Amino acid sequence: MQMHQAKRVEIIIEAMMERRLTEALTAAGVTGYTVLPVSGGSGRSGEWTREGQVGRAGGMVAVICLVRPERLDPLIEAAFAVVERHIGVVSVTDAHVIRAERF
Amino acid sequence: MDGILNLAGQNLISPVILSFVLGLAAAFFRSDLSFPEAIAKGMSLYLLFAIGFKGGAGVAAHGVDARLLSALVAGVVLSLSLPLLAFALLRSMTKASVTDAAAVAAHYGSISIVTFVAASSLLAGQGIAAEGYMVAVAAAMEAPAIATALWLVAWRGGGGERMNAELVREIMLNGSIVLLVGSFFIGWITGDDGLEQIESFIVSPFKGVLCLFLLDMGLVAGRGLRSGHAALSGGAILFGVVMPPLGACAGLLAALLLGLSLGGTVLLMVLAASASYIAVPAAMRVALPEANPTLSLSLSLGITFPFNLIVGIPLYLAVAGVFVAP
Repeated sequence: MQMHQAKRVEIIIEAMMERRLTEALTAAGVTGYTVLPVSGGSGRSGEWTREGQVGRAGGMVAVICLVRPERLDPLIEAAFAVVERHIGVVSVTDAHVIRAERF
Repeated sequence: MDGILNLAGQNLISPVILSFVLGLAAAFFRSDLSFPEAIAKGMSLYLLFAIGFKGGAGVAAHGVDARLLSALVAGVVLSLSLPLLAFALLRSMTKASVTDAAAVAAHYGSISIVTFVAASSLLAGQGIAAEGYMVAVAAAMEAPAIATALWLVAWRGGGGERMNAELVREIMLNGSIVLLVGSFFIGWITGDDGLEQIESFIVSPFKGVLCLFLLDMGLVAGRGLRSGHAALSGGAILFGVVMPPLGACAGLLAALLLGLSLGGTVLLMVLAASASYIAVPAAMRVALPEANPTLSLSLSLGITFPFNLIVGIPLYLAVAGVFVAP
């Protein structure tokens, strides 16, 4: 089966910033993304977990999107404008997709 | 003095407080006891709905007096001004940066609705009535402190986001505020008839749900303290127990000026003494992302919340009893 090159961008960000980020991605021309809950973790800002949370402030989400390589730069610029000052991780990995027209 | 100790003793061995202590102990001893996020959220929605509805029904039963508006104004003024005191104390007692101190100050100008619910429950247990509209005062005190914190940061050149329309909308339409105010109005509109219809749901199980919720809060507070204790200096811990009584004094003064009942006075003291860990942390993460969330949450949830719950509420009741006749 023919595979097409793509970039997988994973942004782990504070739950409070989810809507701002997804709006920025859409404005940058991203046609789709997936938001996943993140159950817990640890980093420079200490440990955190979703369990027993009373508000969204301490929670994190993972926003994942697959794009064609030529669309990566505008996406990263849009995402960075939102996440620059916030706790989180932005990573880009090479991926392969089957239906290139969807990305 | 005997009265205070007696009340504190009764409070300490109440199911509500013991549940909180159990959660705290489980977290300290690294038990795997935990509440799924959805359960914790469900319980908080239930408590907010119940307390809002009962407050509204109380207003419907006893009518609105002129003090409602002045109590709302007093609540807003307290929420706007308490962060100034908290900021000054933090800057003198700790090495917190301007941004961190302002973020913590916003937490202390706002309120803890769970502390308010626990105080209402204690008052009900003692047979002390309070003005139903104190629920509306609680809602009014949630947000103004955020504006003061952002102003403090801007004034001291610390950067941060401005209080723009989008941020105001997010704060004012925060789920807990919408539910609290909405259920208050439903209770007000439907009155005693409405309360009677859903009494078996929002009155009888209330204390049981509160116990479970506080067990979860104990777990969250304990784990927060365990992981965040490094962020708390001696000065910060001292601030966490000094600020609540100072806030309570401001609340007492406002309540005396307003002429509130004993129950209303205690609730205003509790509101002024408590620190937010739901609405303000969320707003601070958006508006002041450089602020250290571990410091503010460890202080408000790990120090001030247990202090108010175990020591503060009976203390404020005893002090209010000196000034206001039952």
